[in-house]
Amino acid sequence: MKPDEKPAIETPSGIPLDRFYRTGATPEAHGDAPGEYPFTRGIHASMYRERLWTMRQYSGFGDPRTTNARFHYLLDRGQTGLSVAFDLPTQVGYDSDASICRGEVGKVGVPISTVEDMEELVGGIPLERVSISMTINAPAAVLLAFLVVTARRRGFDPSELRGTVQNDILKEFIARRTHRFPVGPSMRLAVDILDHCAAHIPRFNPISVSGYHIRESGTTADQELAYTFAHAIAYLEAARARGIPPTRIASRFSFFFNAQMHLFEEVAKFRAARRMWARIVRERFAIDDLEAQKLRFHAQTAGSALTYQEPENNAARVTIQALAAVLGGAQSLHTNAFDEAIGLPTEATARLALRTQQIIAHESGAADVADPLGGCPLVERLTEELEARALRRLAEIDRMGGAIPAIESRRLQREIEEAAYRFQRDVDSGRRIVVGVNRYRGEAGDAAVRPFRIDPQIEDERIRKLVAVKAARPSGNIARLRERLKAAAAGSENLMTPIIACAEGGVTLGEIMAALAEVFGEIRGGD
Amino acid sequence: MRAVKPRTAADEAARPIRVLLAKPGLDGHDRGVKVILRALRDAGMEAIYTGTRASPEAVARAALQEDVDAVGLSNLSGAHLTLFPEVARALEKAGIDLGRVVLFGGGIIAPEDRPSLLEAGFRGIFTPGTPLEEIVSFLRREVAALRARRREETETS
Repeated sequence: MKPDEKPAIETPSGIPLDRFYRTGATPEAHGDAPGEYPFTRGIHASMYRERLWTMRQYSGFGDPRTTNARFHYLLDRGQTGLSVAFDLPTQVGYDSDASICRGEVGKVGVPISTVEDMEELVGGIPLERVSISMTINAPAAVLLAFLVVTARRRGFDPSELRGTVQNDILKEFIARRTHRFPVGPSMRLAVDILDHCAAHIPRFNPISVSGYHIRESGTTADQELAYTFAHAIAYLEAARARGIPPTRIASRFSFFFNAQMHLFEEVAKFRAARRMWARIVRERFAIDDLEAQKLRFHAQTAGSALTYQEPENNAARVTIQALAAVLGGAQSLHTNAFDEAIGLPTEATARLALRTQQIIAHESGAADVADPLGGCPLVERLTEELEARALRRLAEIDRMGGAIPAIESRRLQREIEEAAYRFQRDVDSGRRIVVGVNRYRGEAGDAAVRPFRIDPQIEDERIRKLVAVKAARPSGNIARLRERLKAAAAGSENLMTPIIACAEGGVTLGEIMAALAEVFGEIRGGD
Repeated sequence: MRAVKPRTAADEAARPIRVLLAKPGLDGHDRGVKVILRALRDAGMEAIYTGTRASPEAVARAALQEDVDAVGLSNLSGAHLTLFPEVARALEKAGIDLGRVVLFGGGIIAPEDRPSLLEAGFRGIFTPGTPLEEIVSFLRREVAALRARRREETETS
């Protein structure tokens, strides 16, 4: 064998495996090979043989130092990309010392209030080799600015940065609720990020249009597809309305879907998703660029499917969900730890979650052949049906004028609430079985899991430090930068520039968001 | 204690159960609380929901205004040990007698945390996998007991 020749891929018993197998179904309408429009079977000809999906575990808690340690722990054990979980105060745009945040600092993610926090967060991480995905929406521009300034301070050219900001504010209004500003200004900020990255950070995904959270809020798979694509369409149209041609930004759109329990429906869903997006880009937006037509997605195993009862069962659930994502062709994957219905993962449970992906990748054969379930009659049928249902829903949303009117009239929210209620009724009636909960129930007090505790000192310590840092800054400069930002917000220039200037000048996340709130107004919760 | 319009015993027994559901703190995951809201209404209760990011003061104001029998809190962000007692204190500060209102809560709450929440005045903590009927029965039972106690007190005073 020549040195650069890869060994032939075979089953454990020595049967050679092709890159993919033709389905025998008519190739005309749906494309019979992975890498061929409309990409039902995968966006690359070789899929995982070329490169495995990125193992990217969502992590964050306590403070930047402890989160950085967890990042290194996971990278040292084979994780291949970073995914930053921010705490709720950061997600809604408050500094750790804001009174509204008491009890929430560092609980569901890492608090980042300053550029120095960001520097500590990514300390020792080689930015040229590790891509960084940030699950951040309302203040996405600020965290992106912090990352840009951090890169510059390290002598790393920000235009080389690879990663993602979620920046999908529309789903916040209907499913996740960490929004801060009203819809109009929120969309303006989102498009500013799309435009800025197209010009200055071309290898960065400036958006990850998300179905994960929509599904988590109780919807069906076709609702997950329809609402996600309705949102994606809204962003492209908003950009176009501002004179930014969709061709300029469409190729860096990325997506984030849920990996739920029904293996076959989920695989079909991912296939339908690729087909739908390819057609939306080519037909609705007349974009011929193949790269823009290829749907690239990250998947996460469904948190809502995890049970509080007999938590160790969740390891089996996560395995099935992860397998669905791999068989469905995800580019990136997060697997939940089995104790996440109780709290954040410990080091040990986080490690098992990562190992689950590695076992699937290297021991199961699931990565050996592209779209291995293609041609399976069940999966093809489900792909057709999910696509048809999702398209019908999308057409309804189109008739309402698109995602934004559908959201403002609470139509999508009502549909989600209805679906969630129906799901719960099905569980309570036993029509839908959940092992350990409504069937095969264990003893009370069975296998208790030791919950992950965050040292409460961390919040206090951090607040003290932040107050001191703020006090030590030259205040004139801060005020000037804030006024400049507010003036820009009142106009129509791209806000990334003044936000980056604020970041460089030591303005905190909370201060930047408060300045914007003064101009945009804010929405404090609601339903 | 705020003066309440006096009710006859018959009024009292017939009055539908009034419940306030709230999400204090910054957590925005409202699937659970909305499903419970619907279940309570389907069960004939009058249920009101504050929406997300309800301050402890806003919860107390709503509880007072709506003259509720029960207040239920939801949190999935691990902040329940701070937020739930904070709301209990805000209710007291607003003049609500915690002995006359059924406090309950739910969300992502480790088993170890139950005792301190019960101690803070919460009579029920409902974690993932709880059937809706269990919450409905809990409220009927607890509110009936509270109303029976109130009747006794007015009869003996």
